[in-house]
Amino acid sequence: MAIQTQQPDAEERISLATQWQLIWWRFRKHTLAQIGAVIVILFYLVALLADFLAYSDPTYVEAQRSLLPPHGIQWFDDGKFAPFVYGLKGTRDPVTFKRVYVTDTSQKYPLRFFGKGFEWKFLGFKFDRHLLAVEGAPAEEVLFLLGTDSLGRDLWSRLMYATRTSLTIGLLGVTLSLFLGILLGGISGYYGGPLDTFIQRVIEVIRSIPTIPLWMGLGAALPREWSVTQVYFAITVILSLIGWTELARVVRGRFLSLREEDYITAAELAGCSQLRIIFRHMVPSFLSHIIAATTLAIPAMIISETALSFLGLGLRPPAVSWGVLLQDAQNVQSLAISPWLVIPTIPVIVVILSLNFLGDGLRDAADPYG
Amino acid sequence: MTDQSKEILLDVRNLRKYFPIQKGFLRRVVGHVRAVDDVTLYVRRGETLSLVGESGCGKTTTARCIVRALKPTSGQILLRGPDGVVDLAPLPKRQLRPWRRHMQMIFQDPYSSLNPRMTLFDIVSEPMLVNGIKDRQTRMDRVAELLQLVGLRPEYMRRFPHAFSGGERQRIGIARALALNPSLVIADEPVSALDVSVQAQILNLLLDLQAQLGLTLLFVAHDLSVVKHISERVAVMYVGRIVETAPTPTLFAAPKHPYTEALLAAVPKPDPDLKGQRMLLEGEVADPANPPSGCYFHPRCRYALDLCRTVTPQQEEVAADHFVSCHRARELTLRGVKRT
Ligand SMILES: Nc1ncnc2c1ncn2[C@@H]1O[C@H](COP(=O)(O)OP(=O)(O)O)[C@@H](O)[C@H]1O
Ligand SMILES: [Mg+2]
Repeated sequence: MAIQTQQPDAEERISLATQWQLIWWRFRKHTLAQIGAVIVILFYLVALLADFLAYSDPTYVEAQRSLLPPHGIQWFDDGKFAPFVYGLKGTRDPVTFKRVYVTDTSQKYPLRFFGKGFEWKFLGFKFDRHLLAVEGAPAEEVLFLLGTDSLGRDLWSRLMYATRTSLTIGLLGVTLSLFLGILLGGISGYYGGPLDTFIQRVIEVIRSIPTIPLWMGLGAALPREWSVTQVYFAITVILSLIGWTELARVVRGRFLSLREEDYITAAELAGCSQLRIIFRHMVPSFLSHIIAATTLAIPAMIISETALSFLGLGLRPPAVSWGVLLQDAQNVQSLAISPWLVIPTIPVIVVILSLNFLGDGLRDAADPYG
Repeated sequence: MTDQSKEILLDVRNLRKYFPIQKGFLRRVVGHVRAVDDVTLYVRRGETLSLVGESGCGKTTTARCIVRALKPTSGQILLRGPDGVVDLAPLPKRQLRPWRRHMQMIFQDPYSSLNPRMTLFDIVSEPMLVNGIKDRQTRMDRVAELLQLVGLRPEYMRRFPHAFSGGERQRIGIARALALNPSLVIADEPVSALDVSVQAQILNLLLDLQAQLGLTLLFVAHDLSVVKHISERVAVMYVGRIVETAPTPTLFAAPKHPYTEALLAAVPKPDPDLKGQRMLLEGEVADPANPPSGCYFHPRCRYALDLCRTVTPQQEEVAADHFVSCHRARELTLRGVKRT
């Protein structure tokens, strides 16, 4: 029979393995996907802990310190490990009369891990601890790991908050698309007939509209006086308006192919109710596909949000997202003078690639019986 | 072999199933595939009726209509239950549920017929669970018993189907079909997807189970060689229609329909000298979406007359239990196979 070979243990293990174990074993073979998964998890941790990882108040404006270049940490003092930053001294350039900052090596500000900084709230509780804090001066005035933007705000801290916004908008948008996609795709695939035809035509029409002009139109239609939160949700809705179509297709396709499986017929003949057939037989076999499709949909959402905000049609300041940050890097001049403003492209690229690798790996592993 | 005194368990009359063919943006119906086009047959309690025909002639569709996985376009499906006869054909899904347990199906493809995400226990016990046997221990005992019955070890209960070969999967499918003690089991080409070496084992299992449990079997096959030893009667199907039904010995020795004769000629013979006799079917199987006029078989029939091109032959009983749909049934003497 099925057993009795040299490695009865391994055989036994496989024959008792559930769907998720098999998927996991298959996923484990995808090195790239696993690296992607780790990076994605790290990024979402950053999104969760943005307040803690930032050390400066992202809205703290100081025009005097605009466009400061990155200002590094000194890790050793007198050969001992004692991280500190030097102070900054403002002088006026005698030729251009522009204010420039030079490092003042006579002033040292020690850095503390888990020290006190600006106050933040999480789940209604107030905290003031940060991963990095400066002793002797407000962090906003001396610590600039990645430099500052044109209003003198610390880029590192803003990047932390931008990561939170951009990643959650992707997640929220996908959740909404998922809801619409499963509902409409499920109806389409399960009932078929004229309803299916209608939904498929609607999807085709939506997908044939070029996305950028559509988003631009919708984005431009958002009232200027809306609050940051309102715009945030409006953008999610706009993004998922298109995002659901792909997921609906995946769901419909799975439903259609599952309807043909004999085990579905067998379940019906056994006397199972519709609900039992859907939830006991159909959903488990496309859940993994949905997860993969969802993972692949998130990067598209993130890119879209970034593009929209970059064009000034998505989130608007004071909201902080990757796209909003990159708005500062829009002209060649600012790039030439302050190249650190392009740094926010790095997380965009890294996250998009990681999510794509992860999604690819999940998609390959999603059907362990194929 | 056939016992005419036994009561008729399943009586199918003028069963039709047409699938619409849709075209274009609005999915207009431009025609129909007549997958099942007037099937009439009956099965007596305790016997095996084989339904034989080439691929695509509508055997699976017939089987699925009978178990009501599909809704027939028209016709009657009369099933004798414990409290009388019911016509299943017009019943909506909801009203079918109490009848389902009397009829179960064994599928052709052992890989598609078992949910890969469920253990053997879940697969085999599901019919019991949804029919009110909630107690887990009762179901475990019954599953163990069923697995033993089909030749599998009860310890396999916790395993998933991917651990099993095609033949073993087919056994699992049989165990599931038997879970509710159905009176009628429809086996849709249960061995044609299996290795030749395993086919005989599964056929023997079905025969044993039939004898042991007094099952009534409707056995679907695509050639006559398989059915000879397992069925009391054979129904031959061509393009959605039953062309001939007869007790197995009669059908093999003295067929009355030219199509049956041709199928018999195609059965592999042990005697190599008889090879020359393979006069075979010419032409293509008719398209069920666009069948010929009159008798569907006339374009390929060696004995066709003008009448056959225009008038559809009716099924008539030429002898006891022997039904033929052919205008020339009574005048032709056709060649069967003597002995094998
Ligand atoms: N769901 C369906 N929709 C349209 N046509 C179908 C469908 N199922 C079967 N058919 C057609 O009906 C005919 C009979 O098919 P089937 O019953 O599977 O034959 P068999 O089991 O004898 O090989 C074939 O021509 C097939 O293409
Ligand atoms: Mg078939």
